[in-house]
Amino acid sequence: MKVCDIIEKLGLTVFSGEQGLDREITGGYTSDLLSDVMGNSEEGQVWITLQTHKNVMAVASLKDVAAIIIVKGFQPEEGTINQSNDEDIPLLGTDMEAFEVSGRLYELLNN
Amino acid sequence: MEFKYDVEGGNFAKAGHAASAVKKVLKQLNVNPKVIKRVVVALYEGEVNVVAHAFKGRIIADIDPSRIYIKIEDQGPGIPDIDLAMQVGYSTASSKVREMGFGAGMGLPNMKKNADKLQISSNVGKGTVVELTTYFNS
Ligand SMILES: Nc1ncnc2c1ncn2[C@@H]1O[C@H](COP(=O)(O)OP(=O)(O)OP(=O)(O)O)[C@@H](O)[C@H]1O
Ligand SMILES: [Mg+2]
Repeated sequence: MKVCDIIEKLGLTVFSGEQGLDREITGGYTSDLLSDVMGNSEEGQVWITLQTHKNVMAVASLKDVAAIIIVKGFQPEEGTINQSNDEDIPLLGTDMEAFEVSGRLYELLNN
Repeated sequence: MEFKYDVEGGNFAKAGHAASAVKKVLKQLNVNPKVIKRVVVALYEGEVNVVAHAFKGRIIADIDPSRIYIKIEDQGPGIPDIDLAMQVGYSTASSKVREMGFGAGMGLPNMKKNADKLQISSNVGKGTVVELTTYFNS
């Protein structure tokens, strides 16, 4: 499954990083602790978080995640958006909470 | 090959700058992507620790065909008890830093897990030196 497929299926907003929409998804990781994501996420996962600042993109790009979903309707900061465009890592958004969007993504990826 | 990067305490906007630069260099050198990941995880954590806990620092990355050696030297409060600091969950991060999602007390453990060699020495009230070595065909 590609990033563009989950956007449609989960009704996600695309903030930036459109060039990366055909990235392949291998799984997901839900966490708001950057060192946890740094240590435990894997390449190709979708990272689900409520963090909106630029360091999120630094972690995402070092770990080569497929995309980031910002939950609960939070808006990414401008620096985050710019770096997402530079790195071609899509920054997505939803009004859902982390629990719900994680569950729905899990279901999509495992069916 | 030697590369040097300056790190500013408190400047989170620039945190990860050195790790990202080193990642590009290692990619160009065709280092195994799995090894690159380990190097950048350890370096990123060291870099962020300078930003979060110290005043300023300097990173030197020395690359030869067999390994990368990284030295992260800072001027800052130092670490009074290194064994305690190495424990998962131990953190003195401020509440502002925690709100950003730092301060899980996982940075040093991540460095230990991802480097082949990790050495930390610290002078309380002066600063900290972290040395990381990772071999390319490990
Ligand atoms: N360069 C440093 N200078 C001073 N103290 C440090 C330094 N690096 C680490 N420490 C101390 O060691 C503790 C543990 O560091 P560690 O990186 O494991 O966790 P953290 O930085 O608090 O949180 P996290 O890395 O999960 O965001 C820190 O909270 C701090 O007290
Ligand atoms: Mg840390």
